[in-house]
Amino acid sequence: MNIFRTISYKLILVVSVTVILIIGVYSYFNIKSQSDVLRAEVERHANQLSESVKNSTRYVMLLNQRDHIQEMITRIGKDPAISNVRILNKEGEIIYSAKSEDIGKMLDKKAESCYACHAENKAIEKLSIKERTRIFKSDTDQYRILGVINPIYNERSCYEADCHAHSSKSKVLGVLDITISLAEVDKRIYDNQIRELIFALISITGIGFIIGFFVKRWVDRPVKELVKATDQVAAGNLNFSIKNLSNDELGTLGRSFNNMTRKLDETNQQLYQSTKMASLGQLAAGVAHEINNPLTGVLTYSSFLLKRTKDNPQIQEDLNVIVRETMRSREIVKGLLDFARQSTPKKSLIDVNEIITRAESVIKNQIKLNRVSFIKNFDSALPKITADANQIQQVFLNLFVNAIDAVGQNGGSITVTTSQINLSPKGTTQIKNAVCAKTHSLIDSEHKVGGMPTIKFKIKSGSTEGLIHLDPVYGNKNHSFGIAIDKNSALSLSCPTCGLSLIDKNNKCPECGGPVYKILIPNQGSLEGCASFKDSWQKWDLIDKAGEKKFIQIQIADNGCGIPPENLSKIFEPFFSTKGQKGTGLGLSVIWGIIDNHNGSISVQTEVGKGTIFSIKLPQGDSAKNI
Amino acid sequence: MMKEHFNILIIDDEQVVIDSISKIVLMENYTFVSVLDAREALIKLEQYDFDLIICDIMLPEMDGFQFLSKVESKRIDTPVIMTTGFSTIENAVKALYSGAIEFVPKPFTVDELTSVIHRGIKYNSLLRKKKLNDDSVLIVPCPSKYFRLGYSAWMNSDFDGSVLIGATDFFMKTLEQLKKIELLPLNEILTQASPAVKFETEDGLIHQLYSVISGTIIDRNIRITDEPELLEKDPYFEGWIYRIIPSEPAYEMKLLIPCSSDRN
Repeated sequence: MNIFRTISYKLILVVSVTVILIIGVYSYFNIKSQSDVLRAEVERHANQLSESVKNSTRYVMLLNQRDHIQEMITRIGKDPAISNVRILNKEGEIIYSAKSEDIGKMLDKKAESCYACHAENKAIEKLSIKERTRIFKSDTDQYRILGVINPIYNERSCYEADCHAHSSKSKVLGVLDITISLAEVDKRIYDNQIRELIFALISITGIGFIIGFFVKRWVDRPVKELVKATDQVAAGNLNFSIKNLSNDELGTLGRSFNNMTRKLDETNQQLYQSTKMASLGQLAAGVAHEINNPLTGVLTYSSFLLKRTKDNPQIQEDLNVIVRETMRSREIVKGLLDFARQSTPKKSLIDVNEIITRAESVIKNQIKLNRVSFIKNFDSALPKITADANQIQQVFLNLFVNAIDAVGQNGGSITVTTSQINLSPKGTTQIKNAVCAKTHSLIDSEHKVGGMPTIKFKIKSGSTEGLIHLDPVYGNKNHSFGIAIDKNSALSLSCPTCGLSLIDKNNKCPECGGPVYKILIPNQGSLEGCASFKDSWQKWDLIDKAGEKKFIQIQIADNGCGIPPENLSKIFEPFFSTKGQKGTGLGLSVIWGIIDNHNGSISVQTEVGKGTIFSIKLPQGDSAKNI
Repeated sequence: MMKEHFNILIIDDEQVVIDSISKIVLMENYTFVSVLDAREALIKLEQYDFDLIICDIMLPEMDGFQFLSKVESKRIDTPVIMTTGFSTIENAVKALYSGAIEFVPKPFTVDELTSVIHRGIKYNSLLRKKKLNDDSVLIVPCPSKYFRLGYSAWMNSDFDGSVLIGATDFFMKTLEQLKKIELLPLNEILTQASPAVKFETEDGLIHQLYSVISGTIIDRNIRITDEPELLEKDPYFEGWIYRIIPSEPAYEMKLLIPCSSDRN
């Protein structure tokens, strides 16, 4: 993957920019305040110096010892921190200077040293210290220079001095101008900036590494696991689950992924099983058909012989055996057809607790022999259900025998628990009857979805007309469209028999706002659904109001050897057996067929060495009332 | 020109089945023609006259159901008995719904097929007489709110959700001299299109009446076992047979023929 598209890169980028901004703003103000402090300090220092020079030259000034003054100024100017010291007269002529070559030069009043006072062409006589300082670049442009001008005011001793150099009228006699190099200060500010920069760089690198580390740990690795898992699932490995899940959102995602995979696996198993049972059913039907024809011959011809040999009891006896055994074969073939789910189970109201007890009594000896304790946790209020008592007993018998085999010779326990549970009606209720407003049946048994007759509509999309077969399971959407429909154009749905429109004009689909179809379910209210098929919205008030569908659940748990994972997917397959010569391998597949036939479901949880739990869910109530 | 007449047309794609049926037919002294597929059967129907057709469901090219609808569309009213090795309840119900008068699952015993053939022949002769407006034949149709399975058994939903079932007048008239009626015990669970009542006739044959609908028997009309003539006198009211609690009426009633359709 491109590194610039990774979450860690993006996070590091965003955090770095933020850190740069914060450190930048902080550094700016920090350096600025430091510079201000430094500058103020230098200013104060320069001013002091200026005052000192002024005071120390005062006396010699009064004596008018010019050489002496120049000598003092030259000496002071030798200090490396001091760039220059000059004294100018009122006209701007440099009288004294640390740089002797400047003496005698005239300064323009607009020159920067004069500017503060002479800005308005007329000199201002009093200035604050701030206004008397100025900063400018050195001639060589290498460093900055701070200049302080200090006006020398006229005073009595000046104009009364013997030299009579000054008259008493002038207020300001001249200006002492000291310039101090800021090279040192600038260097310190520069150093500070470099330090801040290094600090910023170290912070960003540090933060980058920390974020990178934790993103790798908390995001990258789990995401890689998830990607690996989705790849596995895409490749068809539905047994794959993500391990080492964390407690954060990605952990939740992982758990939900595992859950999805498990559900997918279960559905897949059921589907696989259904398909196989269907093909096995076809096989059984084919076998039944093929065997029944020759049996017809055997049965009629032997019956004939019976009629023709009434005077020969010996032959009669033998023939009776043939007839009897042929009749038995007929029953076996019929059983095969039963197994192939072609015959309806003989349903009646049964008490499952009682059936379990009956099955237990059949294998009482086996339980005793294997020293198994048989524990029954019955829900005494368990309602009766409509089911084939014999078939259901066969289911329990098979499961109990399997459990005893799993527990082995060394004893263990089998726990049977019955309870009542509720499951949502959507996706579980089959629509078995539907009519238009003129009571024409809309059910089409020729066209099936999931093995169940569908609901047939006439559909018109644009100029094309055809049929649509609705998925008969409420809430499911495996509809089959006879024509290609344009989901954006207006579709008209009508009864295939009378052509009456099935669109309910007073209603709008709450999900897409499109039209709604409405069909009547005799004695069960009406079903509405999105008629544009943009979404799978369906509403069946009566069933929704009835709430969740009630099931009874029977769990058979043993603490036996468990089922190894590699066998788990095969246990419901016909002819799969681990019992060698002992079993036919039909047991669990027959159980599956029976439970499926009762609109129920069977699932298994197992752990090698710890035991197995088979859970069976059967719908409650009269199946006739289940629409 | 009168077509040549045979009693029975046998259609089956397996010779051994044709041989078996023809042996039974010959034993009863009926004449027959046999063919191996439905197309040939249609040709024979053009050439000859028959009293009864015995037809397999699983046939090459045109199956038994297609043959039935073809016969109907050609307005041939010869009664058809369906038989199949794929003997499921669905096939039985569908055959009776599609117009067959009887359904016999394979393999059948000699007696089982014989009784059905007897009824079929009788059915045909009643039909002919009726067509000729013979006053000696009066077949009372079942009341219009009743439903029937094939021509032989009826059901009527009661207001309390239970269902009465019985035999039609037509079925009773196809039986020769009823001797004994054998009912199933109470609480027995009936399955649609499986045997529910045994009628024994004087000739020793056992005739099975199929249950119209699945359900549990909650009451039986014991009177008919003592006076079977009740069934013949008033088959739709006094001559009811079982009262049952239907288990899947909504689904199963769709495969029944409303008796109201008989009155036009």
